[in-house]
Amino acid sequence: MDELTSVFIQEGREQLQAMEDGLLQLEQQPDNHDNINSIFRAAHTVKGASGVIECHFIEAFTHKAENVLDRLRNGEIQVSSELTGLLLRCCDHLGRLMDVLEAGQAEPPAEVSAAGNTLLEELSAYMVTPEPSAGGMVEAESEVETSGGGVVNTDSWHISVRFGPHMLRGGMDPLSFLRYLTSLGEILALETIPDALPAADEMDPEACYLGFEIRLQTRATKADIERVFDFCRDDCELRILPPNSKLTEYLKLIQELPEDEMRLGEMLVRCGALTQHELDDGLSSQQSGTSDEPTSPIGEILIEQKVVQKEVVEAAASKQTRVQEKKAVEARSIRVQADKLDQLIDLVGELVIAGASANLLAQRSGQGELVESTSILSRLVENIRDAALQLRMVQIGETFTRFNRVVRDVSKELGKEIDLVISGAETELDKSVVEKIGDPLMHLVRNSMDHGIEAGDAREAAGKSRRGRVELNAYHDSGSIVIEVVDDGRGLPRDKILQKAIDKGLVQPTQTLTDQEIINLIWEPGFSTVEQVTNLSGRGVGMDVVRRNIQSLRGSCEVSSVEGQGCTFTIRLPLTLAIIDGFLVGVGKASYVIPLDMVIECIELNGQSNDRNFLNLRGEVLPFVRLREMFEIEDEYPARENIVVVQFAGQKAGIVVDQLHGEFQTVIKPLSGIFRHLRGIGGSTILGTGEVSLILDVQSLVQRNNRREERDMNSSLAAPRQGA
Amino acid sequence: MSQLVPTPGPARGGVLVATDNAPQQYLTFTLGGEMFAVAILNVKEIIEYGSVTEIPMMPPFIRGVINLRGAVVPVIDLSCRFGGKSTSVARRTCIIIIELEQDEQKHDIGVMVDAVSEVLEIARSEIEPPPAFGAKIRTDFISGMGKVNGRFVIILDVGRVLSVEEISMLTQVAESNPIETT
Repeated sequence: MDELTSVFIQEGREQLQAMEDGLLQLEQQPDNHDNINSIFRAAHTVKGASGVIECHFIEAFTHKAENVLDRLRNGEIQVSSELTGLLLRCCDHLGRLMDVLEAGQAEPPAEVSAAGNTLLEELSAYMVTPEPSAGGMVEAESEVETSGGGVVNTDSWHISVRFGPHMLRGGMDPLSFLRYLTSLGEILALETIPDALPAADEMDPEACYLGFEIRLQTRATKADIERVFDFCRDDCELRILPPNSKLTEYLKLIQELPEDEMRLGEMLVRCGALTQHELDDGLSSQQSGTSDEPTSPIGEILIEQKVVQKEVVEAAASKQTRVQEKKAVEARSIRVQADKLDQLIDLVGELVIAGASANLLAQRSGQGELVESTSILSRLVENIRDAALQLRMVQIGETFTRFNRVVRDVSKELGKEIDLVISGAETELDKSVVEKIGDPLMHLVRNSMDHGIEAGDAREAAGKSRRGRVELNAYHDSGSIVIEVVDDGRGLPRDKILQKAIDKGLVQPTQTLTDQEIINLIWEPGFSTVEQVTNLSGRGVGMDVVRRNIQSLRGSCEVSSVEGQGCTFTIRLPLTLAIIDGFLVGVGKASYVIPLDMVIECIELNGQSNDRNFLNLRGEVLPFVRLREMFEIEDEYPARENIVVVQFAGQKAGIVVDQLHGEFQTVIKPLSGIFRHLRGIGGSTILGTGEVSLILDVQSLVQRNNRREERDMNSSLAAPRQGA
Repeated sequence: MSQLVPTPGPARGGVLVATDNAPQQYLTFTLGGEMFAVAILNVKEIIEYGSVTEIPMMPPFIRGVINLRGAVVPVIDLSCRFGGKSTSVARRTCIIIIELEQDEQKHDIGVMVDAVSEVLEIARSEIEPPPAFGAKIRTDFISGMGKVNGRFVIILDVGRVLSVEEISMLTQVAESNPIETT
């Protein structure tokens, strides 16, 4: 896939997202004209850009959708929930078409194009009378009759282009640029400037002498117009004046261009940018050097002449400001390839390691000044690392806004009225975490809507407002990010859960459990209290999968519920997957890292060394794993051994090691594909000495140990029989 | 370009196979007194043997991992992989870092050898097919026998010797049946 196409796909998806957001908003506020315009703009940009990369199936489909949007914009059809639903489906279809393009297929597969055709048929129902693409209403607004007679379009772009002489030789045809320009909007007027044309005998037939003055009516931005001329940018003179440009800017344009001022002025009058009167006034006042209103936009002059209402001009002007403001925000961020960032973070991680080893050497040398300078250096390096990691942080808002659509669709499907409230959308977390949190969140939100929120009547009977409410909140809390999914539904049915658990044999009927313990039963595999399986949820594979997904991100999840008032799922995640807080331990010569969030305490193992692998921890039985035996390390036994007590998945275990080196923060390095079947080791990291240290995966380590013990037990039971 | 020779045999896991008659360059090294060669295009770099972190619960031919400027790279004991005894570390022991493309992924794997000799040019006409038996190495590990100064040099098919698929399967087997120490 070439670069242009990948840029198109990336930007196209953003436009589709903007379109979808706009459509969702449209349902709430059908009369918001700016919103309709922005939806139209998004669709239009997609169409234009797909034309540039010559992806005709996207262009054709978008064109049809755009026509309907245009009628909507012009008030010819009314907003209805069927229409927005249809347009949202068109959005989805465009997304699928982008997938097709991304996969490098020339044509969409049959089922996709069939779906597209059905959508087009539905769309055509809204196209009773076919109509040209440019907006008629806008035109009506901007056509202003001046006292001098003739039509002046101040609400359109003025493009003045002089193609360079090498244009034709370069294989480019000026005409094709003009033709392409029509895909952006409508050319209201066009004047050819043949002034550069020499006498016939001096003319080089391969050179291009032409220039054009163009009035273009379009919704496109200046950048879009400039992009049309991208291919000949170096070889032509291009000037673009936005709508409602000041008279002086036109005059400046006239003066800058090589042609004779009066002649060019006439051209501008002919193509409707200026009136003769304005031109005369402007030129003469400029020549005399005492212009009364040197900065008056044409619009203001018109107001003074009372030929146009003030509001119309103001509306047009404020539209322009908004576009400019948006541009300013965009300019503050730049697009960077994700792998470049990863590379930077890798390098910075290296720097940290190299710095640590320099520090170590400096301390060994005992030179005070050297120690001081290396410690300053390593502090700076750590700052750089933090800043580099910050670069990968993205706001969670994008993930959250996806749920607007989900909530809309699902609530329609369920026949419930549900609002989604989002807070903390600007909370930042690592991109890799954001990518993986989508699915678990989707599950929780769907669950809340299906099981949590009651039907409208039931809500009214319970004294609650008819509309249900699902909240998505995000905030930072002590080095981790917390995401909450809150609903104000019926809450978790405590008795039902308990009954189900007893039926399934998860708990004994005689057991007494606290409310929280009962609620936590929903995380058990295969647990669902809903008798009826809907296509949304109820299959009971949900919650334990959610929990496993979150645990694989080194996070945790909790649930709290108040019956009748709703329940809250709280997900706690580390800010980044690239860095881990670890606890360094040593066995023999090797050292290993245990994730710090699993470590509870460390105790000395002395006097209790019997053959059984458990000990008495303040009255509790604590089974332990001897890392030395497990890893078959044959170094000498140390004078004393230590136990690191770890907790995982609700149980405690001990890990017997030789030395405890303390906690430290480190960069996680994945292990090679060769080790993909290795259980018990989760990854690796590089120590200050440059040596590689392995990160223990405590859970699978203990499981492995259990399997090993079981096998040993079986073989020792079988042994005597073999001997006999 | 001279005429193109179709790639012999089955697909060789992304290993670069010479397709014309021009002499190819090979890196030769010794292992247990015997000389071997690998195509130079697979060789990324050669480093001194040192600070290898052992990985527990692994078959003996996996020596461990090293820190290669921030990347954690596994190291294979080639002699052990061929079924011999494990290489003892001496003054000239080296790790050759080999770059492979398998399953559309790039892998860097270190290979531990006794000593690295030199880079040789061997014309295709000087390369004989591997013997059916007698090399005491699995024949699919050998891509050809190069004639150098009247002696045969075993040219290794690194894609097979260092097959990520196969090695990871072997580690799984090793894990489920740990070698009994008794």
